[in-house]
Amino acid sequence: MSGVNLQGVVKRFGEVQVIHGVDLTIEDGEFCVFVGPSGCGKSTLLRMVAGLEETTSGRIHIGTRDVTREDPAERGVAMVFQTYALYPHMTVAENMGFGLKMTGHPKAEVAAKVREASRILKLDDYLARKPKALSGGQRQRVAIGRAIVRGPEVFLFDEPLSNLDAELRVEMRVEIARLHREIGATMIYVTHDQVEAMTLASKIVVLRAGRVEQVGKPLELYHNPDNRFVAGFIGSPAMNFVSGVAWRGGVEAAGLGGTVVTETDLPPGAVVVGLRPQHLHLAEGSTHRVEMTEALGGVSFIHLTAPTGEKLVIEAHQDLHAQPGSMVGLGFDAEKALFFAADAEGRRLR
Amino acid sequence: MATRTPLSRSIAAHAVLIAYTVIALFPVFVIVINSFKSRRAIFAEPLAIPTPDTFDLVGYTTVLKQGDFFQYFQNSMVVTCGSLFFVLLFGAMAAFALSEYRFRGNTLMGLYLALGIMIPIRLGTVAILQMMVASGLVNTLTALVLVYTAQGLPLAVFILSEFMKQVSDDLKNAGRIDGLSEYRIFFTLVLPLVRPAMATVAVFTMIPIWNDLWFPLILAPAEEVKTITLGSQVFIGQFVTNWNAVLAALSLAIVPVLVLYLIFSRQLIRGITAGAVK
Repeated sequence: MSGVNLQGVVKRFGEVQVIHGVDLTIEDGEFCVFVGPSGCGKSTLLRMVAGLEETTSGRIHIGTRDVTREDPAERGVAMVFQTYALYPHMTVAENMGFGLKMTGHPKAEVAAKVREASRILKLDDYLARKPKALSGGQRQRVAIGRAIVRGPEVFLFDEPLSNLDAELRVEMRVEIARLHREIGATMIYVTHDQVEAMTLASKIVVLRAGRVEQVGKPLELYHNPDNRFVAGFIGSPAMNFVSGVAWRGGVEAAGLGGTVVTETDLPPGAVVVGLRPQHLHLAEGSTHRVEMTEALGGVSFIHLTAPTGEKLVIEAHQDLHAQPGSMVGLGFDAEKALFFAADAEGRRLR
Repeated sequence: MATRTPLSRSIAAHAVLIAYTVIALFPVFVIVINSFKSRRAIFAEPLAIPTPDTFDLVGYTTVLKQGDFFQYFQNSMVVTCGSLFFVLLFGAMAAFALSEYRFRGNTLMGLYLALGIMIPIRLGTVAILQMMVASGLVNTLTALVLVYTAQGLPLAVFILSEFMKQVSDDLKNAGRIDGLSEYRIFFTLVLPLVRPAMATVAVFTMIPIWNDLWFPLILAPAEEVKTITLGSQVFIGQFVTNWNAVLAALSLAIVPVLVLYLIFSRQLIRGITAGAVK
């Protein structure tokens, strides 16, 4: 068992640079999730750790070994793919044992490891089947089983649940969490689904356009984001952003109906005010227009348009009768407001 | 026509297909029935089915007596199977390299290999003959295998590279992580998945080779390396043609290629319908 360490890792495809010098340490036994929007480079970064993409510059260490130039098979990693990538002409048992068989392990040992993996993943009834006779969830379990059998130092998951339906996804998420507890190996998991990231991770790495935006524990990122991108990406529905102005007398935001706070240390000038949906509530007044209401039973999300044209989402727990088109007032929890720079970078102002 | 029932539609479809089959098989049918008739009967009534009166195996006895027909069969089989083996092996390997690896000149190389489909190899006959003479390969089966391998490769590379592009990258990467060498990935993962395409290529490659008269006539006319098509020619003279023997020889020549076709055809059907049905 060992951790993974990236130092100044860069990836270029010809002229195009997709990973811009990533430095990252993943401790032994940690469950690290790479999360970010499509095209942010999270899969590329994972494939570089796996050795499927060459590293243009920088170093990758697994444990104490420098694996930057090593072949995938020599790195001691196992990977689970989004498309399962099972060998279609082999049975489940053969699929799981194939890697070990190829590296010349004795038959008895391979069989024992396959049995162990199938016990962990409850695949005993399916060992003789071909992948095409399995459901999506079972196929992904086999793919995970194939990874377990190899006994790797690091497990790599490349959006393993994206091809499953919503219900199975929840089931498999629990299964993967259990697997991590049971095996305790270092795992790196790529997803664009921030719910998966929040529930599975012991460490989240938020990526944007080939750069690390922030690294931290899930709730740390949620409560204490470093910039507007992370604040908007973590949490569902996303945080509301309203432009405002800071001056001696506090912060004002027209979209929130006036003064946000009356005292501030922020330098005077334009700022962006961030408030999560649960920190907003309906109030007396008629400043904001209701666009629509999403009632989910226990909770409702009310979409509003501010007089400034800014869109806001409110989380409400009581059964509200906010008709689309009607005008309502807006209240908020000023203590919970976060402030960000108004430039493109959107750095957090504290 | 929207009111047509599925039954009448299937009858119509079958009628068209049966009509086509009859037309396509008619010449073969005529060859086979006439090979069992006496010379007189062939000319008197070419379309008649052999009766006890007209039934005659003289064609077959001539063929089996005259010349070494088993030798010819064997030569044809060696040439066809040998060429097929090399076409499939090298074609698949080239296709894998072209579809899997990004390297400078990849597209250009693909075009260059596909060019062979458009230029008939027979245009180069003189050069090929000179080359074979120079290398002392005239009147050997090796010469034919080499020429047919060259002839079959362009189509094989072209078809197989398209199919190999469809093999999922994740699958090959899973193999790489499992510690397979590139050769292992090719032979144990990719080849089994493109088997239907291989069968398609095999059939398209095999039939012209089996039927070819041109290269055996030019490169290997000697008695001990004659192929079956060339061997049958002994019965076609400038003034007299022994039709019984020619028809018998042709009927016999159909059998081995038919057997090979049946072996590949199950795969072939899957190859043609690949992607059409899930």
